[in-house]
Amino acid sequence: MASSATVHAHAAPQGFIRKYIFSLDHKVIGLQYYFLALAAVFVGMFLSLLMRIHLIWPTAVLPLVGEIKPETYLQLLTMHGTIMVFFVLTTAPQSGFGNYFLPIQIGAPDMAFPVLNMLSFWTTFVAFVVMIAAFFATGGAPLHGWTGYAPLSALQSAGPGEQLGADLWITSIAIFCIASLMGALNFITTILDMRAKGMMLMRMPLTCWAWFITAILGLLAFGVLLSAGILLLLDRNLGTSFYVPLVVVNGQVMGHKGGSPLLWQHLFWFFGHPEVYIAILPGMGVASQLLSTFSRKPIFGYRAMVYAIMGIGVLGFMVWGHHMFMSGMSPYSAFAFSIMTMAIGVPSAIKTFNWLGTLLHAKIRLQSPMLFAIGFVSLFVSGGLSGPFLAQPVLDIPLHDTYFVVGHFHLIMGVAAIFGIFGATYYWFPKMFGHMMNETLAKWHFWLTFVGTYAIFMPMHYLGMAGHPRRYSQLTEVAYLHRLIPVQTFMTYAAFVTIGAQFIFVVNLFWSMFKGPKAADNPWEATTLEWTTATPPPHDNFGGHTPVVNHGPYEYNVPGAAKDFIMQTDPAGVTAH
Amino acid sequence: MATLTPSVTLKNLKPGQGRGGEVQPPASGGDGNGRNGNGAPDYGSRLRRARLGLAVAVVPITMLFVAFTSAYVVRQGLPTYDERTGTYLRDWLQLQLPVAALLVNTLLLLMSSVTVEMARRQLARRAALAPAGDIPGVSLGQERNFPWLGATVVLGVGFLTGQWMAWQEFAARGFYLATNPSSAFFYLLTAAHGIHLAGGLVVMLYAAAISLTRRPIETRCIVVDITAWYWHFMAVLWLYIFALLWFVG
Repeated sequence: MASSATVHAHAAPQGFIRKYIFSLDHKVIGLQYYFLALAAVFVGMFLSLLMRIHLIWPTAVLPLVGEIKPETYLQLLTMHGTIMVFFVLTTAPQSGFGNYFLPIQIGAPDMAFPVLNMLSFWTTFVAFVVMIAAFFATGGAPLHGWTGYAPLSALQSAGPGEQLGADLWITSIAIFCIASLMGALNFITTILDMRAKGMMLMRMPLTCWAWFITAILGLLAFGVLLSAGILLLLDRNLGTSFYVPLVVVNGQVMGHKGGSPLLWQHLFWFFGHPEVYIAILPGMGVASQLLSTFSRKPIFGYRAMVYAIMGIGVLGFMVWGHHMFMSGMSPYSAFAFSIMTMAIGVPSAIKTFNWLGTLLHAKIRLQSPMLFAIGFVSLFVSGGLSGPFLAQPVLDIPLHDTYFVVGHFHLIMGVAAIFGIFGATYYWFPKMFGHMMNETLAKWHFWLTFVGTYAIFMPMHYLGMAGHPRRYSQLTEVAYLHRLIPVQTFMTYAAFVTIGAQFIFVVNLFWSMFKGPKAADNPWEATTLEWTTATPPPHDNFGGHTPVVNHGPYEYNVPGAAKDFIMQTDPAGVTAH
Repeated sequence: MATLTPSVTLKNLKPGQGRGGEVQPPASGGDGNGRNGNGAPDYGSRLRRARLGLAVAVVPITMLFVAFTSAYVVRQGLPTYDERTGTYLRDWLQLQLPVAALLVNTLLLLMSSVTVEMARRQLARRAALAPAGDIPGVSLGQERNFPWLGATVVLGVGFLTGQWMAWQEFAARGFYLATNPSSAFFYLLTAAHGIHLAGGLVVMLYAAAISLTRRPIETRCIVVDITAWYWHFMAVLWLYIFALLWFVG
């Protein structure tokens, strides 16, 4: 077994800058990531609000934004997708909560490389600033979609925003790649080398397993995205033709020849598919954690859950072609990708049934973290079930690039993964800030968001099946879309309500930080190591001593035990194993 | 009783004391759990953690070059529309590599791998011998160590300069970045490698700089150890890139 955790090598820092700005403390860094993601999600939500308004009031002139032209709509959706996927879904669940709680949950005093950790946050921050700068570049933000397909993204003359804006977009993503790789390095080394005595890999909470596999996915995928971005920058600025074939733009023959737009698609989606698993796996880990804690039952089938996370990770690298079924690929290749994609349904289903198995016959405590965990399962099923439809190449022919796809990935990433973040926030808030969040506001937030997001995204499946393409900004110009406008209208009003409900969360978050009732050290009566320490945890997490682990992570309602839960550091004796 | 000389007492040296700024790695007194007397991770644990970090870091760098290789191989075989003949032709021009320059650079890089390995072992030996300097009467002396690290820096800079000159020669033959896909990949692969190598050089300069300060020898050992292994990885990567360009050019 690897060497045990030790007393922290450096003393607690003094001074505002060392304590809160350039902190080396993983807890501060985790919160920095979280608040960066919070800022990003408000930018992303505002962009989606503009999109929804434009779809049903296309001629409206809005304050601050002005008129939304078709190219503006494309710029909005490009930046909405990019900011949400990278700066919210890749940041908050992994870098935010992972940084804060991974070391504590494994009994370590900090991450393996604290200076690298600090650098990885600030690099992410720089990436965010560069991304936002694209809005203010001449020509504005790029309009090539978060997927950035060439040759649209590879030619400066391809459209508004495709000059400096697109260069800033690519640069921001490249910087983000490097930041993510630094973070992944830290996570993997920490898990392999810094677990406390007794914290065997198969005693780690499922959150740690999720962060571990997610970090490995990131390690393997972000290098490929970086390569794609480098080639794109070269094509755009130095006249190479990696992606651009012989093209004519506005009657003018461009100097490129011989490049392949498919190369971009392959490189991008080889990253892009693991990326969506990076977005969802930490949420699955949190869901397991919450379902077990609030059911007062061990997670059903811990080992299977671990292998399922690994299976999702491995298979996630073998399915990228399912984003390219319409690219003209050989049907045999399509068949192979289709089989692998459906195969991912197996570990996903194992996890889903195990979550349900955890809930079965349980004395459920329906507090706010639990609501979001159960909501996560519901949304994961709803969003996930449309995946196997899209996995059939024949079905993908009519459904590709329609609202069916938009509904699918929003339910999974835009709602389920977000519920993972919400659940984690409500669960760990007492430990991070020493106060409880308001339960009434939390329940309002949950129900409005749960019903609201279903209202927004479920109708998208019908729109897709009816043939409504995605990324269309004008519905009035196309006759066969006219009868679908009422559905769009309904979705927009649902979006107003849902976006409004998020302010309940923000108010609750910031008010409770200062004025919420004081939290006990273990308010949820949970078993994992973060609940053994003070609230908030001291600088070295465990107040000078090194924890010794004697139990697994989910020992609830163990026959013969005094209470209905045994903490991982409780003395060996009564145990489930 | 009268004494001519004061009695000699052995001081009980705590970890952290030493001579000449060289702090001995605490060999005894640890708890066998990777910790030394005062609870900080011991040298062995720190070295293992740093090496694990490097092994992990090698993976994404490798993935970057795997992606480039895949693009390279596929692009080579891709037919493209030729407007003159109206048919699809392969437009890949066989690389005319500046072989002599590249071979010289390869030699420099391999030599630098040898020198950095000597530096790594020299420092490890010094660290192992450091406790002996605390024994009264034993002097390690002012050894004149060959500046292996400095030699590596010189050879490394020589490699990068040589690569720049190889680029000049390649350009003189008419192959610029956008001339042909094959030339684009030549510049791409060599530049990506060169940038990573330059990063290693920067760390090496840092290692050389801290050897002049009174940093504990353990820290210096670890920095040089990691830098040396990274450098070997860069050498192997270069051999791979050179082979790819030569045999699959």
